[in-house]
Amino acid sequence: MTPPGAALRVCLRLRREAFHLDVDLHLPGRGVSALFGPSGCGKTTLLRAVAGLEPGAEGFLQVGDEVWQEGRRGRPPHRRAVGYVFQEASLFSHLDVRANLDYGVRRVPPGRRRVPLQRTVELLGIGHLLQRWPHQLSGGERQRVAIARALAVGPRLLLLDEPLAALDLARKREILPYLESLHDELEIPVIYVSHAPDEVARLADHMVLLQAGRETASGPVGEMLTRLDLPLARGEGAGALIEGRVAGHDDRFELTYVDFAGGRFTVARNDMASGHPVRLRVAARDVSLTLERQRGTSILNIFPARVEQLVPEGRAKMMVRLSVQGVPLLSSLTRKSADALALAPGRSVYAQVKSVAVL
Amino acid sequence: MPVDGDLTALRITLQLAALTTLILLLLGTPLAWWLARSRWRWRFLVEAVIALPLVLPPTVVGFYLLITLGSNGPVGGLLEALGGRPLAFTFGGLVVGSVIYSLPFVVQPLQGAFAAIGRRPLEVAATLGASPLDRFFTVAVPLARPGFLTATVLGFAHTVGEFGVVLMIGGNIPGETQVLSIAIYDHVEALEYTRAHWISGSLLLLSFLLLLTVYGFNRRAAKVRS
Repeated sequence: MTPPGAALRVCLRLRREAFHLDVDLHLPGRGVSALFGPSGCGKTTLLRAVAGLEPGAEGFLQVGDEVWQEGRRGRPPHRRAVGYVFQEASLFSHLDVRANLDYGVRRVPPGRRRVPLQRTVELLGIGHLLQRWPHQLSGGERQRVAIARALAVGPRLLLLDEPLAALDLARKREILPYLESLHDELEIPVIYVSHAPDEVARLADHMVLLQAGRETASGPVGEMLTRLDLPLARGEGAGALIEGRVAGHDDRFELTYVDFAGGRFTVARNDMASGHPVRLRVAARDVSLTLERQRGTSILNIFPARVEQLVPEGRAKMMVRLSVQGVPLLSSLTRKSADALALAPGRSVYAQVKSVAVL
Repeated sequence: MPVDGDLTALRITLQLAALTTLILLLLGTPLAWWLARSRWRWRFLVEAVIALPLVLPPTVVGFYLLITLGSNGPVGGLLEALGGRPLAFTFGGLVVGSVIYSLPFVVQPLQGAFAAIGRRPLEVAATLGASPLDRFFTVAVPLARPGFLTATVLGFAHTVGEFGVVLMIGGNIPGETQVLSIAIYDHVEALEYTRAHWISGSLLLLSFLLLLTVYGFNRRAAKVRS
Protein backbone atom coordinates (compact mmCIF):
# COMPACT_ATOMS: atom_id res chain seq x y z
CA MET A 1 0.00 0.00 0.00
CA THR A 2 1.38 3.34 -0.99
CA PRO A 3 1.25 5.97 1.73
CA PRO A 4 -0.75 9.09 0.79
CA GLY A 5 1.17 11.61 -1.22
CA ALA A 6 4.03 9.19 -1.64
CA ALA A 7 4.51 8.63 -5.30
CA LEU A 8 3.21 8.95 -8.77
CA ARG A 9 2.70 6.07 -11.08
CA VAL A 10 2.07 7.09 -14.66
CA CYS A 11 1.53 4.10 -16.89
CA LEU A 12 -0.30 5.40 -19.94
CA ARG A 13 -0.79 4.45 -23.55
CA LEU A 14 -2.35 6.50 -26.31
CA ARG A 15 -2.56 5.64 -29.97
CA ARG A 16 -2.49 8.40 -32.51
CA GLU A 17 -2.21 8.22 -36.24
CA ALA A 18 1.23 9.75 -36.21
CA PHE A 19 2.70 8.21 -33.07
CA HIS A 20 2.16 6.03 -30.02
CA LEU A 21 2.56 7.17 -26.50
CA ASP A 22 3.57 4.31 -24.27
CA VAL A 23 5.20 5.07 -20.92
CA ASP A 24 5.45 3.55 -17.48
CA LEU A 25 6.90 6.12 -15.11
CA HIS A 26 7.47 6.10 -11.40
CA LEU A 27 7.90 9.67 -10.24
CA PRO A 28 8.75 11.01 -6.79
CA GLY A 29 5.82 12.30 -4.73
CA ARG A 30 7.56 15.60 -4.03
CA GLY A 31 9.65 17.99 -6.04
CA VAL A 32 9.77 18.78 -9.72
CA SER A 33 9.95 16.05 -12.34
CA ALA A 34 10.89 17.34 -15.77
CA LEU A 35 9.59 15.69 -18.93
CA PHE A 36 12.30 16.48 -21.40
CA GLY A 37 12.59 15.80 -25.08
CA PRO A 38 12.39 17.27 -28.57
CA SER A 39 9.17 18.74 -30.00
CA GLY A 40 6.71 16.07 -30.98
CA CYS A 41 8.07 13.43 -28.60
CA GLY A 42 4.79 13.32 -26.70
CA LYS A 43 5.59 15.44 -23.64
CA THR A 44 2.49 17.60 -23.89
CA THR A 45 0.28 14.67 -24.87
CA LEU A 46 1.44 12.77 -21.81
CA LEU A 47 0.73 15.76 -19.59
CA ARG A 48 -2.74 16.12 -21.10
CA ALA A 49 -3.42 12.45 -20.56
CA VAL A 50 -2.46 12.81 -16.89
CA ALA A 51 -4.95 15.68 -16.60
CA GLY A 52 -7.65 13.61 -18.29
CA LEU A 53 -7.77 15.78 -21.40
CA GLU A 54 -7.01 12.89 -23.78
CA PRO A 55 -10.10 10.68 -23.83
CA GLY A 56 -8.31 7.95 -25.78
CA ALA A 57 -5.67 7.32 -23.12
CA GLU A 58 -5.61 4.06 -21.22
CA GLY A 59 -3.44 2.43 -18.59
CA PHE A 60 -2.95 3.07 -14.92
CA LEU A 61 -2.50 6.40 -13.20
CA GLN A 62 -2.06 6.77 -9.48
CA VAL A 63 -1.47 10.04 -7.67
CA GLY A 64 -0.72 9.43 -4.01
CA ASP A 65 -3.57 7.25 -2.78
CA GLU A 66 -5.97 8.16 -5.60
CA VAL A 67 -6.33 6.16 -8.78
CA TRP A 68 -7.25 8.44 -11.69
CA GLN A 69 -7.13 5.94 -14.48
CA GLU A 70 -7.58 2.22 -14.63
CA GLY A 71 -7.65 0.58 -18.02
CA ARG A 72 -9.86 2.58 -20.35
CA ARG A 73 -11.78 4.09 -17.49
CA GLY A 74 -10.48 7.42 -16.35
CA ARG A 75 -11.91 10.10 -14.11
CA PRO A 76 -13.11 13.07 -16.15
CA PRO A 77 -10.74 16.04 -15.90
CA HIS A 78 -12.99 18.10 -13.66
CA ARG A 79 -12.86 15.37 -11.04
CA ARG A 80 -9.06 15.16 -10.90
CA ALA A 81 -7.40 17.37 -8.28
CA VAL A 82 -4.94 18.72 -10.76
CA GLY A 83 -3.48 22.13 -11.45
CA TYR A 84 -2.66 22.65 -15.11
CA VAL A 85 -0.72 25.56 -16.55
CA PHE A 86 -0.81 25.67 -20.33
CA GLN A 87 1.99 26.85 -22.56
CA GLU A 88 0.32 30.13 -23.40
CA ALA A 89 -1.46 31.71 -20.46
CA SER A 90 -5.09 30.86 -21.06
CA LEU A 91 -6.86 33.26 -18.75
CA PHE A 92 -10.59 33.64 -19.34
CA SER A 93 -10.85 36.87 -21.31
CA HIS A 94 -14.40 37.50 -20.06
CA LEU A 95 -13.31 37.56 -16.41
CA ASP A 96 -10.97 39.89 -14.54
CA VAL A 97 -7.96 38.51 -12.68
CA ARG A 98 -9.81 38.13 -9.39
CA ALA A 99 -12.70 36.25 -11.06
CA ASN A 100 -10.21 34.08 -12.95
CA LEU A 101 -8.68 33.04 -9.62
CA ASP A 102 -12.09 32.51 -8.03
CA TYR A 103 -13.29 30.33 -10.90
CA GLY A 104 -11.39 27.31 -9.66
CA VAL A 105 -11.65 28.10 -5.96
CA ARG A 106 -15.46 28.16 -6.11
CA ARG A 107 -15.48 24.69 -7.64
CA VAL A 108 -13.22 22.95 -5.14
CA PRO A 109 -15.23 20.01 -3.83
CA PRO A 110 -15.92 20.13 -0.09
CA GLY A 111 -13.34 18.23 1.90
CA ARG A 112 -10.43 18.79 -0.45
CA ARG A 113 -7.37 20.47 1.01
CA ARG A 114 -7.61 24.16 0.29
CA VAL A 115 -4.79 26.58 -0.28
CA PRO A 116 -5.67 30.03 0.98
CA LEU A 117 -5.98 32.22 -2.10
CA GLN A 118 -4.04 34.93 -0.30
CA ARG A 119 -1.03 32.64 -0.10
CA THR A 120 -0.90 31.81 -3.79
CA VAL A 121 -1.46 35.48 -4.63
CA GLU A 122 1.55 36.39 -2.48
CA LEU A 123 3.65 33.52 -3.77
CA LEU A 124 3.20 34.70 -7.36
CA GLY A 125 3.32 38.42 -6.52
CA ILE A 126 0.05 39.31 -8.25
CA GLY A 127 -1.74 41.17 -5.44
CA HIS A 128 -1.64 44.45 -7.38
CA LEU A 129 -3.19 42.88 -10.49
CA LEU A 130 -6.45 41.54 -9.05
CA GLN A 131 -8.68 44.28 -10.49
CA ARG A 132 -7.14 44.15 -13.97
CA TRP A 133 -8.37 42.37 -17.07
CA PRO A 134 -6.30 39.75 -18.86
CA HIS A 135 -5.74 41.98 -21.90
CA GLN A 136 -4.19 44.61 -19.63
CA LEU A 137 -1.46 42.25 -18.40
CA SER A 138 1.98 41.50 -19.82
CA GLY A 139 2.74 37.95 -20.95
CA GLY A 140 4.69 37.24 -17.79
CA GLU A 141 1.96 38.58 -15.54
CA ARG A 142 -0.64 36.50 -17.32
CA GLN A 143 1.40 33.37 -16.81
CA ARG A 144 1.84 34.17 -13.12
CA VAL A 145 -1.92 34.57 -12.74
CA ALA A 146 -2.44 31.27 -14.57
CA ILE A 147 -0.05 29.52 -12.18
CA ALA A 148 -1.76 31.07 -9.15
CA ARG A 149 -5.15 30.04 -10.51
CA ALA A 150 -3.97 26.44 -10.95
CA LEU A 151 -2.49 26.34 -7.43
CA ALA A 152 -5.50 27.90 -5.75
CA VAL A 153 -7.65 24.80 -6.26
CA GLY A 154 -5.40 22.87 -3.87
CA PRO A 155 -4.27 20.30 -6.44
CA ARG A 156 -2.57 17.04 -5.55
CA LEU A 157 -0.43 17.38 -8.63
CA LEU A 158 0.73 20.43 -10.55
CA LEU A 159 1.28 20.12 -14.30
CA LEU A 160 3.29 22.82 -16.08
CA ASP A 161 3.40 22.66 -19.86
CA GLU A 162 6.38 24.75 -20.93
CA PRO A 163 5.06 27.74 -19.00
CA LEU A 164 7.98 29.86 -20.19
CA ALA A 165 8.13 28.83 -23.83
CA ALA A 166 5.90 31.62 -25.14
CA LEU A 167 7.81 34.35 -23.28
CA ASP A 168 10.82 36.40 -24.23
CA LEU A 169 14.03 36.26 -22.21
CA ALA A 170 13.16 39.20 -19.98
CA ARG A 171 9.78 37.69 -19.08
CA LYS A 172 11.42 34.32 -18.42
CA ARG A 173 13.77 35.98 -15.96
CA GLU A 174 10.74 37.60 -14.35
CA ILE A 175 8.94 34.28 -13.79
CA LEU A 176 11.79 31.92 -12.94
CA PRO A 177 12.20 33.18 -9.37
CA TYR A 178 8.51 32.51 -8.75
CA LEU A 179 8.82 29.00 -10.10
CA GLU A 180 11.83 28.47 -7.87
CA SER A 181 9.94 29.60 -4.82
CA LEU A 182 7.17 27.18 -5.81
CA HIS A 183 9.76 24.47 -5.88
CA ASP A 184 10.81 25.31 -2.34
CA GLU A 185 7.31 25.81 -0.90
CA LEU A 186 5.09 23.23 -2.55
CA GLU A 187 4.45 19.93 -0.90
CA ILE A 188 2.88 18.39 -3.99
CA PRO A 189 4.64 16.83 -6.94
CA VAL A 190 5.10 18.93 -10.05
CA ILE A 191 5.49 17.63 -13.59
CA TYR A 192 7.24 20.17 -15.75
CA VAL A 193 7.39 19.82 -19.51
CA SER A 194 10.36 21.50 -21.12
CA HIS A 195 12.79 21.34 -23.97
CA ALA A 196 15.17 23.91 -22.47
CA PRO A 197 18.07 22.31 -20.58
CA ASP A 198 18.77 25.47 -18.57
CA GLU A 199 15.21 25.55 -17.19
CA VAL A 200 15.45 21.90 -16.26
CA ALA A 201 18.78 22.47 -14.55
CA ARG A 202 17.30 25.29 -12.50
CA LEU A 203 13.99 23.78 -11.53
CA ALA A 204 13.91 20.03 -11.77
CA ASP A 205 14.91 17.37 -9.27
CA HIS A 206 13.98 14.38 -11.33
CA MET A 207 14.06 14.01 -15.05
CA VAL A 208 12.41 11.81 -17.63
CA LEU A 209 13.75 11.76 -21.16
CA LEU A 210 11.13 11.12 -23.82
CA GLN A 211 11.74 10.11 -27.40
CA ALA A 212 8.98 9.28 -29.88
CA GLY A 213 6.44 8.64 -27.15
CA ARG A 214 8.67 6.43 -25.01
CA GLU A 215 10.83 6.91 -21.97
CA THR A 216 14.48 6.56 -22.90
CA ALA A 217 15.99 7.33 -19.49
CA SER A 218 15.05 8.80 -16.14
CA GLY A 219 16.71 9.65 -12.85
CA PRO A 220 17.85 12.49 -10.61
CA VAL A 221 18.58 15.54 -12.75
CA GLY A 222 22.24 15.87 -11.62
CA GLU A 223 22.86 12.34 -12.77
CA MET A 224 20.94 12.68 -16.04
CA LEU A 225 22.80 15.83 -17.11
CA THR A 226 26.15 14.09 -16.83
CA ARG A 227 25.36 10.70 -18.34
CA LEU A 228 27.53 10.46 -21.42
CA ASP A 229 25.17 7.99 -23.08
CA LEU A 230 22.46 10.67 -23.17
CA PRO A 231 22.25 13.66 -25.53
CA LEU A 232 22.06 16.08 -22.58
CA ALA A 233 25.70 15.59 -21.70
CA ARG A 234 26.85 16.31 -25.22
CA GLY A 235 27.51 19.46 -27.16
CA GLU A 236 28.08 23.07 -26.25
CA GLY A 237 25.49 23.37 -23.49
CA ALA A 238 26.64 20.34 -21.55
CA GLY A 239 27.53 20.76 -17.92
CA ALA A 240 27.16 19.38 -14.44
CA LEU A 241 24.65 20.38 -11.80
CA ILE A 242 25.84 20.54 -8.23
CA GLU A 243 23.63 20.80 -5.18
CA GLY A 244 25.22 22.64 -2.29
CA ARG A 245 24.59 24.90 0.65
CA VAL A 246 25.87 28.36 1.42
CA ALA A 247 28.65 27.92 3.98
CA GLY A 248 29.50 31.56 4.57
CA HIS A 249 30.70 34.79 3.04
CA ASP A 250 34.03 36.53 2.71
CA ASP A 251 33.47 40.20 3.47
CA ARG A 252 36.91 41.32 2.41
CA PHE A 253 36.80 39.94 -1.11
CA GLU A 254 33.02 39.83 -1.50
CA LEU A 255 32.86 36.10 -2.02
CA THR A 256 30.49 33.31 -1.02
CA TYR A 257 31.46 29.77 -0.09
CA VAL A 258 29.28 26.90 -1.15
CA ASP A 259 29.82 23.45 0.34
CA PHE A 260 28.90 20.36 -1.64
CA ALA A 261 29.57 16.65 -1.17
CA GLY A 262 32.89 16.92 -2.97
CA GLY A 263 34.32 20.04 -1.36
CA ARG A 264 33.82 23.80 -1.34
CA PHE A 265 33.18 26.22 -4.20
CA THR A 266 34.13 29.86 -4.04
CA VAL A 267 31.78 32.07 -6.02
CA ALA A 268 31.01 35.76 -6.33
CA ARG A 269 29.14 37.04 -3.30
CA ASN A 270 25.37 36.67 -3.17
CA ASP A 271 22.96 37.63 -0.43
CA MET A 272 21.78 34.16 0.58
CA ALA A 273 21.96 33.22 4.24
CA SER A 274 24.27 30.49 5.50
CA GLY A 275 22.73 27.06 5.10
CA HIS A 276 20.56 28.15 2.15
CA PRO A 277 20.47 25.45 -0.52
CA VAL A 278 21.94 26.48 -3.88
CA ARG A 279 22.37 24.91 -7.25
CA LEU A 280 25.53 25.44 -9.22
CA ARG A 281 25.90 24.86 -12.92
CA VAL A 282 29.38 24.04 -14.11
CA ALA A 283 29.68 24.03 -17.89
CA ALA A 284 31.86 21.30 -19.36
CA ARG A 285 33.83 23.84 -21.39
CA ASP A 286 34.78 25.70 -18.20
CA VAL A 287 36.47 22.68 -16.63
CA SER A 288 40.10 21.93 -17.53
CA LEU A 289 42.22 19.10 -16.21
CA THR A 290 45.76 18.88 -14.83
CA LEU A 291 47.71 15.93 -13.51
CA GLU A 292 49.20 17.88 -10.60
CA ARG A 293 47.64 20.57 -8.49
CA GLN A 294 48.55 23.86 -10.12
CA ARG A 295 50.31 26.46 -8.07
CA GLY A 296 50.42 30.09 -8.97
CA THR A 297 47.10 29.97 -10.78
CA SER A 298 44.26 32.45 -10.70
CA ILE A 299 41.70 29.67 -10.55
CA LEU A 300 40.09 29.32 -7.12
CA ASN A 301 38.03 26.17 -7.59
CA ILE A 302 40.29 23.16 -7.98
CA PHE A 303 39.18 19.69 -6.96
CA PRO A 304 40.87 16.31 -6.98
CA ALA A 305 38.83 14.04 -9.21
CA ARG A 306 38.83 10.66 -10.85
CA VAL A 307 38.15 10.05 -14.54
CA GLU A 308 35.13 7.82 -14.98
CA GLN A 309 34.40 7.81 -18.68
CA LEU A 310 35.55 9.41 -21.93
CA VAL A 311 33.53 9.81 -25.09
CA PRO A 312 34.67 11.44 -28.35
CA GLU A 313 32.80 14.58 -29.36
CA GLY A 314 33.10 15.22 -33.06
CA ARG A 315 36.57 14.85 -34.52
CA ALA A 316 38.74 16.97 -32.26
CA LYS A 317 37.13 16.85 -28.87
CA MET A 318 36.43 14.57 -25.96
CA MET A 319 33.81 14.74 -23.25
CA VAL A 320 35.10 13.47 -19.92
CA ARG A 321 32.97 12.49 -16.98
CA LEU A 322 34.70 12.96 -13.64
CA SER A 323 33.83 12.03 -10.12
CA VAL A 324 34.63 14.49 -7.35
CA GLN A 325 34.10 12.17 -4.38
CA GLY A 326 31.00 10.81 -6.00
CA VAL A 327 29.71 14.10 -7.43
CA PRO A 328 29.74 14.00 -11.23
CA LEU A 329 31.44 16.76 -13.20
CA LEU A 330 31.94 17.11 -16.96
CA SER A 331 34.98 18.41 -18.77
CA SER A 332 35.24 19.13 -22.45
CA LEU A 333 38.73 19.08 -23.92
CA THR A 334 40.59 18.32 -27.12
CA ARG A 335 41.48 14.80 -28.07
CA LYS A 336 45.09 15.95 -28.16
CA SER A 337 44.98 17.03 -24.48
CA ALA A 338 43.32 13.78 -23.47
CA ASP A 339 46.11 11.95 -25.21
CA ALA A 340 48.83 14.09 -23.64
CA LEU A 341 47.43 13.49 -20.15
CA ALA A 342 46.89 9.80 -20.92
CA LEU A 343 43.35 10.07 -19.63
CA ALA A 344 41.63 6.78 -19.00
CA PRO A 345 38.95 5.59 -16.60
CA GLY A 346 40.33 5.46 -13.06
CA ARG A 347 43.01 8.10 -13.61
CA SER A 348 43.39 10.72 -10.88
CA VAL A 349 43.38 14.33 -12.03
CA TYR A 350 42.71 17.83 -10.79
CA ALA A 351 39.66 19.58 -12.17
CA GLN A 352 40.09 23.34 -12.53
CA VAL A 353 36.77 25.13 -12.70
CA LYS A 354 37.08 28.44 -14.47
CA SER A 355 33.56 29.68 -13.84
CA VAL A 356 30.45 28.66 -11.98
CA ALA A 357 26.87 29.83 -12.41
CA VAL A 358 24.71 30.07 -9.32
CA LEU A 359 21.21 29.10 -10.40
CA MET B 1 -49.79 58.66 -40.77
CA PRO B 2 -49.95 54.97 -39.83
CA VAL B 3 -53.46 53.60 -39.55
CA ASP B 4 -54.93 50.84 -37.40
CA GLY B 5 -54.49 48.04 -39.92
CA ASP B 6 -50.81 48.86 -40.27
CA LEU B 7 -50.31 48.98 -36.52
CA THR B 8 -51.88 45.54 -36.22
CA ALA B 9 -49.54 44.26 -38.91
CA LEU B 10 -46.65 45.81 -37.00
CA ARG B 11 -47.75 44.06 -33.79
CA ILE B 12 -48.02 40.70 -35.55
CA THR B 13 -44.66 41.22 -37.21
CA LEU B 14 -42.90 42.02 -33.94
CA GLN B 15 -44.60 39.13 -32.13
CA LEU B 16 -43.64 36.76 -34.89
CA ALA B 17 -40.03 37.95 -35.01
CA ALA B 18 -39.63 37.87 -31.22
CA LEU B 19 -41.12 34.41 -30.82
CA THR B 20 -39.18 33.04 -33.77
CA THR B 21 -35.90 34.46 -32.46
CA LEU B 22 -36.53 33.02 -29.00
CA ILE B 23 -37.28 29.55 -30.37
CA LEU B 24 -34.29 29.75 -32.72
CA LEU B 25 -31.92 30.66 -29.90
CA LEU B 26 -33.19 27.75 -27.81
CA LEU B 27 -32.92 25.27 -30.69
CA GLY B 28 -29.97 26.83 -32.48
CA THR B 29 -27.62 27.09 -29.52
CA PRO B 30 -27.28 23.36 -28.84
CA LEU B 31 -27.30 22.67 -32.58
CA ALA B 32 -24.54 25.22 -33.24
CA TRP B 33 -22.55 23.91 -30.26
CA TRP B 34 -22.76 20.41 -31.60
CA LEU B 35 -21.78 21.52 -35.11
CA ALA B 36 -18.83 23.48 -33.76
CA ARG B 37 -17.49 20.58 -31.67
CA SER B 38 -18.52 17.42 -33.45
CA ARG B 39 -16.04 15.37 -35.43
CA TRP B 40 -18.76 13.24 -36.96
CA ARG B 41 -17.87 12.60 -40.57
CA TRP B 42 -21.40 13.27 -41.89
CA ARG B 43 -21.65 16.60 -40.09
CA PHE B 44 -21.46 18.44 -43.42
CA LEU B 45 -24.83 16.93 -44.39
CA VAL B 46 -26.49 18.62 -41.44
CA GLU B 47 -24.71 21.88 -42.26
CA ALA B 48 -25.94 21.73 -45.86
CA VAL B 49 -29.53 21.11 -44.78
CA ILE B 50 -29.43 24.04 -42.36
CA ALA B 51 -28.03 26.31 -45.08
CA LEU B 52 -30.74 25.38 -47.62
CA PRO B 53 -33.02 28.35 -46.80
CA LEU B 54 -30.14 30.65 -47.77
CA VAL B 55 -30.26 29.53 -51.40
CA LEU B 56 -33.82 28.35 -51.96
CA PRO B 57 -36.47 30.79 -53.19
CA PRO B 58 -38.66 31.47 -50.12
CA THR B 59 -41.69 30.35 -52.10
CA VAL B 60 -40.18 26.87 -52.40
CA VAL B 61 -39.77 26.62 -48.62
CA GLY B 62 -43.26 28.03 -48.20
CA PHE B 63 -44.73 25.64 -50.72
CA TYR B 64 -43.36 22.55 -49.01
CA LEU B 65 -44.41 23.86 -45.62
CA LEU B 66 -47.91 24.45 -46.93
CA ILE B 67 -48.02 20.88 -48.21
CA THR B 68 -46.71 19.50 -44.91
CA LEU B 69 -48.73 21.64 -42.53
CA GLY B 70 -52.05 21.79 -44.44
CA SER B 71 -54.96 19.49 -43.57
CA ASN B 72 -53.87 16.95 -46.20
CA GLY B 73 -50.21 17.03 -45.18
CA PRO B 74 -48.59 14.66 -42.67
CA VAL B 75 -48.17 17.19 -39.85
CA GLY B 76 -51.40 19.05 -40.46
CA GLY B 77 -53.33 15.78 -40.78
CA LEU B 78 -51.84 14.50 -37.54
CA LEU B 79 -52.78 17.71 -35.73
CA GLU B 80 -56.29 17.47 -37.08
CA ALA B 81 -56.57 13.83 -36.02
CA LEU B 82 -55.48 14.85 -32.53
CA GLY B 83 -58.33 17.34 -32.39
CA GLY B 84 -56.31 20.43 -33.27
CA ARG B 85 -56.47 22.45 -36.44
CA PRO B 86 -53.93 22.50 -39.25
CA LEU B 87 -51.20 25.08 -38.95
CA ALA B 88 -51.53 26.47 -42.46
CA PHE B 89 -52.94 30.02 -42.53
CA THR B 90 -52.47 30.52 -38.78
CA PHE B 91 -50.00 32.48 -36.68
CA GLY B 92 -48.58 29.16 -35.45
CA GLY B 93 -47.89 28.21 -39.05
CA LEU B 94 -46.05 31.50 -39.54
CA VAL B 95 -43.86 30.74 -36.54
CA VAL B 96 -42.97 27.27 -37.83
CA GLY B 97 -42.19 28.64 -41.29
CA SER B 98 -40.11 31.51 -39.92
CA VAL B 99 -38.12 29.23 -37.60
CA ILE B 100 -37.14 27.03 -40.53
CA TYR B 101 -36.48 29.90 -42.88
CA SER B 102 -34.35 31.92 -40.42
CA LEU B 103 -32.50 28.93 -38.96
CA PRO B 104 -29.18 29.50 -40.79
CA PHE B 105 -29.14 33.15 -39.75
CA VAL B 106 -29.03 32.09 -36.11
CA VAL B 107 -27.07 28.83 -36.29
CA GLN B 108 -24.22 30.05 -38.48
CA PRO B 109 -23.10 33.03 -36.36
CA LEU B 110 -23.38 30.90 -33.23
CA GLN B 111 -21.42 28.06 -34.77
CA GLY B 112 -18.73 30.49 -35.87
CA ALA B 113 -18.54 32.05 -32.43
CA PHE B 114 -18.31 28.69 -30.66
CA ALA B 115 -15.65 27.47 -33.07
CA ALA B 116 -13.63 30.66 -32.55
CA ILE B 117 -13.38 29.97 -28.81
CA GLY B 118 -11.35 26.84 -29.47
CA ARG B 119 -10.86 24.00 -27.04
CA ARG B 120 -8.39 25.69 -24.74
CA PRO B 121 -10.68 27.80 -22.51
CA LEU B 122 -12.92 24.78 -22.01
CA GLU B 123 -10.00 22.56 -21.11
CA VAL B 124 -8.80 25.18 -18.65
CA ALA B 125 -12.26 25.23 -17.08
CA ALA B 126 -12.24 21.43 -16.89
CA THR B 127 -8.94 21.36 -15.03
CA LEU B 128 -10.36 23.99 -12.67
CA GLY B 129 -13.18 21.62 -11.73
CA ALA B 130 -16.03 22.68 -14.02
CA SER B 131 -18.33 19.96 -15.35
CA PRO B 132 -19.25 19.96 -19.08
CA LEU B 133 -22.55 21.79 -18.53
CA ASP B 134 -20.89 24.24 -16.13
CA ARG B 135 -18.16 24.91 -18.73
CA PHE B 136 -20.76 25.56 -21.39
CA PHE B 137 -22.66 28.17 -19.41
CA THR B 138 -19.76 29.87 -17.63
CA VAL B 139 -17.16 29.83 -20.40
CA ALA B 140 -18.56 29.02 -23.85
CA VAL B 141 -21.67 31.22 -23.69
CA PRO B 142 -19.98 34.34 -22.28
CA LEU B 143 -17.09 34.04 -24.74
CA ALA B 144 -19.55 33.62 -27.64
CA ARG B 145 -21.48 36.76 -26.70
CA PRO B 146 -20.79 38.63 -29.94
CA GLY B 147 -22.09 35.58 -31.81
CA PHE B 148 -25.28 35.59 -29.74
CA LEU B 149 -25.86 39.26 -30.48
CA THR B 150 -25.34 38.75 -34.21
CA ALA B 151 -27.56 35.67 -34.22
CA THR B 152 -30.34 37.45 -32.34
CA VAL B 153 -30.34 40.50 -34.55
CA LEU B 154 -30.04 38.61 -37.83
CA GLY B 155 -32.73 36.12 -36.81
CA PHE B 156 -35.06 38.91 -35.76
CA ALA B 157 -34.42 41.17 -38.72
CA HIS B 158 -34.62 38.37 -41.23
CA THR B 159 -37.97 37.28 -39.85
CA VAL B 160 -39.26 40.83 -40.02
CA GLY B 161 -38.21 41.04 -43.65
CA GLU B 162 -39.66 37.72 -44.72
CA PHE B 163 -42.23 37.72 -47.52
CA GLY B 164 -42.49 34.62 -49.65
CA VAL B 165 -42.70 32.00 -46.92
CA VAL B 166 -45.20 34.05 -44.97
CA LEU B 167 -47.37 34.60 -47.98
CA MET B 168 -47.40 30.90 -48.87
CA ILE B 169 -48.01 29.48 -45.43
CA GLY B 170 -49.86 32.31 -43.72
CA GLY B 171 -51.88 33.78 -46.49
CA ASN B 172 -52.74 37.39 -45.97
CA ILE B 173 -55.32 37.47 -43.20
CA PRO B 174 -55.42 40.94 -41.60
CA GLY B 175 -55.25 40.72 -37.82
CA GLU B 176 -53.92 37.17 -37.86
CA THR B 177 -51.25 36.51 -40.44
CA GLN B 178 -50.77 39.80 -42.22
CA VAL B 179 -47.27 41.07 -41.47
CA LEU B 180 -45.68 44.39 -42.50
CA SER B 181 -43.91 43.17 -45.60
CA ILE B 182 -47.19 41.90 -46.98
CA ALA B 183 -49.04 45.02 -45.92
CA ILE B 184 -46.57 47.03 -48.01
CA TYR B 185 -47.28 44.83 -51.00
CA ASP B 186 -51.02 45.33 -50.51
CA HIS B 187 -50.64 49.10 -50.30
CA VAL B 188 -48.58 49.25 -53.46
CA GLU B 189 -51.11 47.10 -55.28
CA ALA B 190 -53.85 49.50 -54.14
CA LEU B 191 -51.64 52.46 -55.14
CA GLU B 192 -51.60 53.73 -51.52
CA TYR B 193 -48.02 54.95 -51.83
CA THR B 194 -48.09 57.16 -48.76
CA ARG B 195 -48.89 54.25 -46.48
CA ALA B 196 -46.33 52.07 -48.24
CA HIS B 197 -43.76 54.85 -47.70
CA TRP B 198 -44.50 55.02 -43.99
CA ILE B 199 -44.01 51.34 -43.40
CA SER B 200 -41.05 50.92 -45.74
CA GLY B 201 -39.22 53.91 -44.30
CA SER B 202 -39.78 52.68 -40.74
CA LEU B 203 -38.50 49.20 -41.58
CA LEU B 204 -35.45 50.63 -43.34
CA LEU B 205 -34.59 52.75 -40.32
CA LEU B 206 -35.19 49.94 -37.84
CA SER B 207 -33.06 47.46 -39.78
CA PHE B 208 -30.22 49.93 -40.18
CA LEU B 209 -30.21 50.74 -36.47
CA LEU B 210 -30.17 47.06 -35.56
CA LEU B 211 -27.21 46.33 -37.81
CA LEU B 212 -25.42 49.43 -36.58
CA THR B 213 -25.73 48.14 -33.02
CA VAL B 214 -24.36 44.71 -33.92
CA TYR B 215 -21.40 45.86 -35.93
CA GLY B 216 -20.57 48.57 -33.42
CA PHE B 217 -20.65 46.12 -30.53
CA ASN B 218 -18.67 43.42 -32.30
CA ARG B 219 -16.03 45.91 -33.28
CA ARG B 220 -15.60 46.91 -29.63
CA ALA B 221 -15.52 43.28 -28.53
CA ALA B 222 -12.83 42.49 -31.11
CA LYS B 223 -10.77 45.42 -29.87
CA VAL B 224 -10.94 44.27 -26.25
CA ARG B 225 -9.94 40.75 -27.21
CA SER B 226 -6.87 41.73 -29.17
